[in-house]
Amino acid sequence: MAGDFSRTLSLGDSGGKSILQKLHLDPKLLSLLLLLMLSGLFILYSASGQNIVMIYRQATYLLIGFVVMLAVAQFHPRWFQMAAPWMYGAVIIALLLVLLVGVGAKGAQRWLSVFGIFRFQPSEIMKLVVPMTVAWYLASKVMPPKFKVITITLAIIFVPTLMVMKQPDLGTSLLIAASGLFVLLLAGLSVRWMLLALVIVLAVAPVMWYGVMHDYQKQRVLTFLDPESDPLGSGWNIIQSKTAIGSGGLEGKGWMQGTQSQLEFLPERHTDFIIAVFAEEQGLIGVLFLLCVYLAIVFRGLYMASQARDSFSRLLSGALIVTFFIYVFVNIGMVSGILPVVGVPLPLISYGGTSIVTLMAAFGVIMSVYTHRQV
Amino acid sequence: MSFALKDDRTEKGIFANRAILVSVFVLLLFLVLAARMTYLQIVKHDIYASKSDNNRVQIQPVAPIRGLIFDRNGVLLAENLPTHSLTVVAERVANMDETLALIEALVGLTPDEKTQFLSRVNEWRRPYEAIPLKYKLSEDAIAILMVNNPFLTGVQVEAELIRHYPKGADFAHVLGYVGQINLREKDRLDPSRYKATRRIGKIGVERYYEDLLHGEPGYQKVETNAQGRVLKVLERKSPVPGKNLILNIDSELQKKAYDAFAGRRGSLVAIDPNTGGILAMVSSPSFNPNLFVNGISHNEYNTLRDSLDVPLFDRATRGQYPPGSTMKPFLGLAFLESDVTNWTETINDPGFYMLENDDRVYRDWKRTGHGDAINLRHAIIESCDTYFYEMSFRTGLDLLHPFLTKFGFGKNTSLDVANALPALLPTKEWKRKNRGRSWYAGDTLNMALGQGYMLATPLQLATATSVFASKGKWNRAKLVQFIDGDELKEETKPDDIIIKNPADWDRMARAMEDVIKHYQGTARGLSRNLNYRLAGKTGTAQVVGIKQNEKYDSAALKERQRDHALFISYAPIEAPKIAIASVVENGESAGSTAGPIAKLVTDHYLNSITSSNELLGADHGR
Repeated sequence: MAGDFSRTLSLGDSGGKSILQKLHLDPKLLSLLLLLMLSGLFILYSASGQNIVMIYRQATYLLIGFVVMLAVAQFHPRWFQMAAPWMYGAVIIALLLVLLVGVGAKGAQRWLSVFGIFRFQPSEIMKLVVPMTVAWYLASKVMPPKFKVITITLAIIFVPTLMVMKQPDLGTSLLIAASGLFVLLLAGLSVRWMLLALVIVLAVAPVMWYGVMHDYQKQRVLTFLDPESDPLGSGWNIIQSKTAIGSGGLEGKGWMQGTQSQLEFLPERHTDFIIAVFAEEQGLIGVLFLLCVYLAIVFRGLYMASQARDSFSRLLSGALIVTFFIYVFVNIGMVSGILPVVGVPLPLISYGGTSIVTLMAAFGVIMSVYTHRQV
Repeated sequence: MSFALKDDRTEKGIFANRAILVSVFVLLLFLVLAARMTYLQIVKHDIYASKSDNNRVQIQPVAPIRGLIFDRNGVLLAENLPTHSLTVVAERVANMDETLALIEALVGLTPDEKTQFLSRVNEWRRPYEAIPLKYKLSEDAIAILMVNNPFLTGVQVEAELIRHYPKGADFAHVLGYVGQINLREKDRLDPSRYKATRRIGKIGVERYYEDLLHGEPGYQKVETNAQGRVLKVLERKSPVPGKNLILNIDSELQKKAYDAFAGRRGSLVAIDPNTGGILAMVSSPSFNPNLFVNGISHNEYNTLRDSLDVPLFDRATRGQYPPGSTMKPFLGLAFLESDVTNWTETINDPGFYMLENDDRVYRDWKRTGHGDAINLRHAIIESCDTYFYEMSFRTGLDLLHPFLTKFGFGKNTSLDVANALPALLPTKEWKRKNRGRSWYAGDTLNMALGQGYMLATPLQLATATSVFASKGKWNRAKLVQFIDGDELKEETKPDDIIIKNPADWDRMARAMEDVIKHYQGTARGLSRNLNYRLAGKTGTAQVVGIKQNEKYDSAALKERQRDHALFISYAPIEAPKIAIASVVENGESAGSTAGPIAKLVTDHYLNSITSSNELLGADHGR
């Protein structure tokens, strides 16, 4: 009888686990991601001017991203915790190398060429490593964090942020800073400190404007404030994307029927501005559907983070999903003209391999944290 | 470290609180995005919809201006004329049949224009591309179209530059022409360079130098209205015009030569032996290249294509003729080089030649024979066939072939002549492969008369004559002299021809001079009013084989079955300036057809350069 009972138990144990669970994947989050990716391919097909080669490439990137997510999800969260400080050190060195010997593109040095075989952006990896390191640091301290802990945390965040800003890559540096700050926020940073930070930001802004920011970054902010001032130069993108979105109306002009997009009025329409193509062709209904998918992903992610086994996992997982949300918000915000154009792609929909792989690695971490919680 | 205070339960609580805070925050921001989108897509929809429909700023590619082509004296041969064309953006037309009917009623449309347009609408193209419907609109037509503008959505009048060839038929085969880019060409062209280009070089110089003539496109940002009409140009990056070409050709000489044929079928190529520059290259009859620029109508094309005189065929570069006796000076040098004879040896010519063990009678063109004391010099002057039968037999194909190859026979040696044919200098292998038989001694004898399997184009004959005139020094034949001021580079040249006894060049030249000067010379008619030293050689090429024992009776043959007349020449002998090959199809007697045309061209050229030199001299004297 005892043998039977134990067999039933073990049967129930393994039988209760689906293949997906064995693979450390959450079915709900996975379905949402797949829905998003599939919609993305359809949008890209129209946005790229029916360029099937681009679709094949994007599908390949998505596949690679999927494999990366699967691989990362297999690691136990404690591995991330152990590796965090070492990875942080390594990427800081890589960032230094970029500044010294990096490969330039369009006046910015972001890439590091490894033996001339492949190139990578250390700043992209930082988006994962900074929250990981902050979570590692804060997990060993008492929460909510005290002043000294906060100071060290800010140093961990802003050293790489400033290095990336120097490349110069404003969009990525802001996202890196955000991903780190969210850990602090989730760790219970008190409201007083947040208000203080706001005051400091307001005080630092003029210094940034005159000291740190490059001309093209200033131009973006100026253009954001008054796009009509430079309709053919920097304001062009915003005017055209707003026109595309606005002319889409409630129901849109139909797939591959957007005149703004198909007539090549809209620049960067398969990368950063792809949501404008979607909004023009699928209208408000399509946009709301897409927003709901994103919202569902973020909420599911937050729920998964809250179920994690320890502080480190919770903080890391939570910060990553909030950063994902910031991606979405900044991209749609800039394309629709309520935020400056900072060059952030729309997660899992914009064309391009680097951001897909980073994002999917982040989802791998979230999956890992959730599926390793019972142990 | 206050580890006592570290409590997972508390921390989980803190996180849960913060997660809820963040969720609210996230939801709020999503609502902001949703509100923003609603504002743009619902509240402001009308404004943006009309903005999208009415005032569009568009980036348009601007076609570069095609390079001009000049002759050696700066006379314009290919230019770009401003014209107005009617174009239609098919996507903007609601009812194509109605629109076409209206346009037809307003300005008239030919069936050709309609069919060409409709086939263009249906083939693959860029969306919203303007498709040409009617070219060269008159002022009146433009005015009528402007007045009816509101009824013609998607229809526009475009100003564009259209290629024009002021010298017309004179240069049709040399320059070629540009024409509409067809689907096959579209595949092969770089789409970014040809986005705004409608026409491409099809044949001749226009084709060979397409890459240089085309130039690099520019871009302009334009504001267009709902009908796609350009309202104003906001910003412009000018295109880079194509390179201008200066040819070696002298347009006056070209015209003289073309007119000299007076519509007869034939060809003439004149080359400056000092440079290889082609001074004139004529194929007669010709056609008007301007017909092809906007797409030739079916009727006009059929007339040209079906004409018995095949005016579309470039005889100068692609006409393959048996060179006949014009081969004799080259063969003569081959005999000397092979040591089978010398200048003094004489033979007896009974009017025919026979091989041992062969019944076939190889006739001399002169049935009574040239006498019993024919040496090489006389064999050239009188064009004695029997002498060449004998010496060719002695030399054999194995020695003749490599020597003739050195003069460019059997290959295309030209530098920049599009589509020039290599014609044929047969080898034993060639005959085995293509005729399935081995090479007979008789084949060599036929070749000695420039008959049989051997073929050459007028361009090849002129090149060989030019190389002969410069005593074996090679210059490739070339049409272009300067590209935007830079001299055309000749990267590789065939090896110069070195013969054992260089004095043979001069002796052969004097024999060729006597073709004209000697009382027995086959071109003695040309000696009248000759004020320079001219070397030449006549040739005839049989069109219809004459059977054994059959008498040649030209009167009985129809005009098109008469022999082709060929002539090669160069002058002045002491310092050659022009080498010519001319062919008059069915011209029968070279001395009275091909010869005089060549002399006329030589006269004109030498006189014109003398007079310009005198002018220069007078200038310097001052």
